[in-house]
Amino acid sequence: MLKECSLNSVCDKMEITFKVFRFNAETDYLPYYQDFTLEVSEDEVVLDILNRIKWDFDGSFSYRRSCRHGICGSCAIKVNSKAVLACKERVIDLYKIFGSNMTIEPQSKSRVVKDMIIDKKDFWSKYDSVKPYLVSEIDENPATEHLVSPEQYEELHEADTCIQCGCCYYSCPAVEVNENYTGPAALAKAYRFNFDPRDDAKHERLDIVNKLGSGIWDCVKCFECAEACPKGVDPIHKITALHTQTFKEGKAKSNVATRHAVFFKTSINQHGLLDEGLLVAYSEGLGVVKHIPEAISMLKKGKIVMPWNMPKSKNLAEVKKLVKISSTAKF
Amino acid sequence: MSKIKYAIYTGCTPRESTPELLMSTLAVCKKLDIEVVLLDEATCCGASHLQDFDEFLSLVLNARNICYAERLGLDLITLCNTCQLNTAFTKERLDNDSELKAKVNEKLAEVGLEYKGTSKVKHFVYALKDDVGYDVIKEKVEKPLSQFNVASFYGCHNIRPSKLQNISNKTENPYKPTSLDDLVVALGGKAVEYQRKNSCCGFHVDLQAPETAHKLTGNILLDAIDNNADCVITPCPLCHLNMDVKQSHVSKTMGRDVSIPVLHMQQLLGLALGIDPKELGIDKNVTKVTMV
Ligand code: SF4
Ligand code: SF4
Ligand code: FES
Repeated sequence: MLKECSLNSVCDKMEITFKVFRFNAETDYLPYYQDFTLEVSEDEVVLDILNRIKWDFDGSFSYRRSCRHGICGSCAIKVNSKAVLACKERVIDLYKIFGSNMTIEPQSKSRVVKDMIIDKKDFWSKYDSVKPYLVSEIDENPATEHLVSPEQYEELHEADTCIQCGCCYYSCPAVEVNENYTGPAALAKAYRFNFDPRDDAKHERLDIVNKLGSGIWDCVKCFECAEACPKGVDPIHKITALHTQTFKEGKAKSNVATRHAVFFKTSINQHGLLDEGLLVAYSEGLGVVKHIPEAISMLKKGKIVMPWNMPKSKNLAEVKKLVKISSTAKF
Repeated sequence: MSKIKYAIYTGCTPRESTPELLMSTLAVCKKLDIEVVLLDEATCCGASHLQDFDEFLSLVLNARNICYAERLGLDLITLCNTCQLNTAFTKERLDNDSELKAKVNEKLAEVGLEYKGTSKVKHFVYALKDDVGYDVIKEKVEKPLSQFNVASFYGCHNIRPSKLQNISNKTENPYKPTSLDDLVVALGGKAVEYQRKNSCCGFHVDLQAPETAHKLTGNILLDAIDNNADCVITPCPLCHLNMDVKQSHVSKTMGRDVSIPVLHMQQLLGLALGIDPKELGIDKNVTKVTMV
């Protein structure tokens, strides 16, 4: 007899209701959902379910897949809003999170061509914008190999394993509300070449990725990309490294975002804590006036500390000394 | 059971723009018989922004903060998601990289400190859930929230990246977090199901990309409102600033009224425990809390 799954036990089968997104941009006015209740075994992945729906119920059901080995990146979809590679994600692992109701949707509902298939052109054009290739003067007849040491390779921190699946990009809330934002995959790619010792276009790439409105300063630091990536690329880690590289290489321009980052050091050195009021004033410069209505409502509620009352950390001399001897960056 | 005692790392916000968070935390601890020591020596965690400028300095400063909890032999409890992220991240890096730890300790030695790695770092929510226990809290409820639909908002830096956060929050899944909803139920309230409970409020780009921040905050508040929430609760003062203080801006951006009371989860807990709203700083919330 087959053993039924419960949330914590080893089992042979589970009964799961899949609510599947359907839409054909050519013929449908609105999308709709179709329910399929299937018995699923422990070793099935999400792609098996897509196949069963297509083969057993509706041959018109459309989705992308190619390698079936988690390497081509084409089968990325969402299950209950969680980005997954359909060929890699086991249904039982999703069952352990969500229970027996699963909504299967494309990566982005606003970009659908048919069912699970989306138009990824924004993803690719942003990808193209960061010079996603090695730029290097190559000697046509080199006398020796151009070696990259294991230590240098490790500096890439898996950034070279990206399969362009878009799981990160279509989970990124900054992309969702700001169509100009370059997004996690392309920025991780910029990192991949900017931390490659053979590459010569570091500064050009930093100029591209540190523009306000589209680049690294528009990441909201939500870690959705780190969570979504099936390859361990951890794009937000790479974005942080691009921030520090921007300062290190002298490429940071004085603007609201860079002043914001640097002010933390100034304030910690002065008070130990962050002077929130001065942070806004210093970062914004003249732009500070737009915060006045908010400041008034906060003041009324006792939410603004006056400069003469600014709290300070105890043992502040210690903090000042540590700031002095541990600083590694300049602006 | 011996009395629970914590070293509380307030971070900056509870000492400045969200004094009600510190007030309500202390009031709740008193009521639940939790002994607290405030880490007055601690500095700002860098809020993920110092980290964009000078990573090593941020590690040294955060390690110093943890040192003071270690000296007391207590776990370090955070009140802010972003403090949690940066403190836990520092701990994880130092505990797993002896070379880095030695470099940081070389600096700390100059001021007579040493990071050892003996204190746990966890957010107040998980201290309540795992150390105190919701069953114990449930028994102490004096004013059950039975008439209220509460939308729990989790924010980012307490649940993601899960690999890091699971060290202290154990089983919270970033795609289906439950700790706050379970608390609401323990307090007798109704936990509102809505999609954006685990999404981002955009706080970290408030200055450089206000439009992004307003839209993200707006999407969350509207989702809560459309699912009949009477109020929103959050474990993070930064999320609270965006969701409470900025409602008029956000309404303008969204073209819809987003008014809804937003409470720190400590405030809601305090109300259910029968603590005087004044002691919880309810009058300091910018959006009027109509439920008290
Ligand atoms: S951390 Fe930044 S890049 Fe990653 S998903 Fe969030 S906003 Fe997008
Ligand atoms: S970084 Fe990860 S999630 Fe993003 S496209 Fe590459 S492999 Fe996919
Ligand atoms: S089919 Fe290639 S990654 Fe899934």
